[in-house]
Amino acid sequence: MSSSTSSQPLVNPAGTTRLLWTVLATVVALTLLAYLVAFDQGAVSRSGMYLHELMHDGRHLLGVPCH
Amino acid sequence: MPLNTTTAPPFLTVLVRGLLAGLIAGLLAGTFAYVAGEPHVEAAIAIEEAASHAEPASGGHQHDEALVTRSGQRGGLFLATGLFGAAMGGLLATAYVLLARRRRTDDDGRSGLLLAGAALLGAVIVPFLKYPANPPAVGDPATIDQRTVTYLLMVVLGLVAVWAGSLGYRSVGAQAPLWQRVAAAVGGFLLVTVVSYVVLPSFQEVPTDFPATLLWNFRLASLGTQVVLWTGIGLLFAALMHHDRRRRAAAALPST
Ligand SMILES: [Zn+2]
Repeated sequence: MSSSTSSQPLVNPAGTTRLLWTVLATVVALTLLAYLVAFDQGAVSRSGMYLHELMHDGRHLLGVPCH
Repeated sequence: MPLNTTTAPPFLTVLVRGLLAGLIAGLLAGTFAYVAGEPHVEAAIAIEEAASHAEPASGGHQHDEALVTRSGQRGGLFLATGLFGAAMGGLLATAYVLLARRRRTDDDGRSGLLLAGAALLGAVIVPFLKYPANPPAVGDPATIDQRTVTYLLMVVLGLVAVWAGSLGYRSVGAQAPLWQRVAAAVGGFLLVTVVSYVVLPSFQEVPTDFPATLLWNFRLASLGTQVVLWTGIGLLFAALMHHDRRRRAAAALPST
């Protein structure tokens, strides 16, 4: 293996904590997005069944149980 | 080593690459689903409607035509696969960053592709073989909650199975012949998969008079949609990361 890993210190506690929070928030947001497409029946989207019905075919063809 | 990594790209950069790869792959998957799957969805809805006219008493599935027209639902397909793809691409990028610290190879493209392959196997193919996709008119509305929960559980267990496979692969020393490492991987994977298949309940809800060819064609189209999605995410993400890395490497070599 040759030289460069990086000149910065690899462990930076403050930065690592912030990164972990960012990662956590991202995972929650993306899971919510996937939930909206795949399972929501209006409870989260507050659109009634509109979004649910709009994305109906996508749900079936993505293989998610629909009804 | 030709291209040495400079510093690892920041999380948000990788995330944006993943979201973009996922969005594009989702639209590609939507196009595939539109061409290969929509005719079967239409045929199944025709059967469903014929059945509900025959016995109007049973509420059955409410495809509220008043709310969204059929052409609206066909267009909504792209919205669904696009958003779902973006979410999956973002999650893949997150997993990529989290695993980056333990990665042995420098090769960004390779680990992105491996992750997409792992997701396709664990989150799609393993659940599909237990709970295959169903077109409209198939499935008892009374069991939808159970089926949703067991499906999600199967997705999680499928990912655990892939993880068990990679543990098995690594548990055999690197000096061992490849076949032994692969055998350990297959063993770990199959152990979790088979136990999950046996433990989780099955649902037989295909109406006896539902055309078998239609069901088969729909399921193939559905599986194909997910294959397009994850192949697209893997390839596009790897390509974007590779491009990004070359740019960074070039920027890191100012004047030498
Ligand atoms: Zn449906």
